[in-house]
Amino acid sequence: MARRTKRIRVTVNGERYEKEVSPSKSLLDFLRMDLNLTGTKEGCGEGECGACSIIMNGKLVDSCLILTVEADGQKIQTIEGISRHDRLHPLQKAFAEKGAAQCGYCTPGMIMAAKYLLDHNPSPTAEQVLKAIAGNLCRCTGYGSIVDAVLSAAKER
Amino acid sequence: MKGIDYFAPPRLEEAVSLLRRYGKKAALMAGGTDFLLRLERGLVQPGVIVDLKKIRDLRGINSNRAGLKIGAATLMDEIASSHLIQTRYGILAKGAAAVGSIQTRNRATLGGNLCNASPAADTASPLIALGGRARIAGAKRVREVPLEEFFLGPGKSCLQPNEILKEIFIPSPVQRSAGSFQRCTRTAMDIALVNCAVFLSLASKGGVVQDIRIVLGAVAPTPVRVQAAEDVLRGKNPDEKTIEEAADCAAAGVRPIDDVRSSASYRRAMVRVLTKRAIEEALREAGGEA
Repeated sequence: MARRTKRIRVTVNGERYEKEVSPSKSLLDFLRMDLNLTGTKEGCGEGECGACSIIMNGKLVDSCLILTVEADGQKIQTIEGISRHDRLHPLQKAFAEKGAAQCGYCTPGMIMAAKYLLDHNPSPTAEQVLKAIAGNLCRCTGYGSIVDAVLSAAKER
Repeated sequence: MKGIDYFAPPRLEEAVSLLRRYGKKAALMAGGTDFLLRLERGLVQPGVIVDLKKIRDLRGINSNRAGLKIGAATLMDEIASSHLIQTRYGILAKGAAAVGSIQTRNRATLGGNLCNASPAADTASPLIALGGRARIAGAKRVREVPLEEFFLGPGKSCLQPNEILKEIFIPSPVQRSAGSFQRCTRTAMDIALVNCAVFLSLASKGGVVQDIRIVLGAVAPTPVRVQAAEDVLRGKNPDEKTIEEAADCAAAGVRPIDDVRSSASYRRAMVRVLTKRAIEEALREAGGEA
């Protein structure tokens, strides 16, 4: 069978793209390979670790478990799209200040999950933060400093 | 994975006719959280993917006097956070909230959870306990099947090759009824070792159980009703001893397996514990409304 491609239109971090993609390509690979937005990471590739978390049409999702063709017509925000010009997002600042990143691999996904939480619940409890990041694995920090950073960013906002 | 074609039809009839046109080569996808894993691992090798998410008839939560209709492609998070479902059909909201992470619940659909026919599906037990019915669209008509007859085995449902699960219907709960959903698991993200959903109604006065359904997940090839345990309670005003008898009966009536998550004997022990807890909680809630 011949290889088929599909034309999609997608808005990523406010920029519009129109591309030909293979129907089997994951949205994660599209963001990283086709758009060079390598802030979004691949951890497990199975929807367990959350390193590939992005916000699509206002919903936090794992981009490894989405086909690029499914994103046709959608609005996407990645870690690259949350700072304004040179000003870091309050969550990015708080993660840096609280030492909430060690190896840093989970950090982009963790920040997107935290942003999704604060967008819906501007002043969460520590327990609500833990619940909101249940789909994001960190193998370094033990989560304490991450929860601190999210709570402190919530106060800043 | 080479040469896959992808369709996202806006209407249910088009999806059904794509299934007829492509036959075994076509695979249905809704949220994709299970399907794309199987695609990645080569467990399914479809020539054509039919994405159901654009079909409006498959989305949404609607209620009338008879009951509640939930479109098969409704998101897990929409079900978990629906005020209507939380207040009137609470055990379903709890089951949906137990599925995966928020990332998963923002993609995964009710119909997907049911059609994958995992014995551990956390929405299946509550829906069976609530007397839910599956409405299935075929080429010519829509047929209705009680959800307890929907599951045939691990990964197997009663869907025929040209059929698509359209919606779930749940009848309105009767007076003085309540339920409980219990679950045990290793971690926040893991699938259930055992889940248990109970839904019962009391006679118009007092504590006599008029009707009850006890459903268990992850302890047999499909979610199962344990009717012998239900019979212990039906028509009785249960004391602790009767509840324990019903819980023992439930534990005796399941066929759990040993696997990487748990031994069969641990699962059986947890069936007893969760069933007892669920009956107690449902009795408290139903009585409290009097």
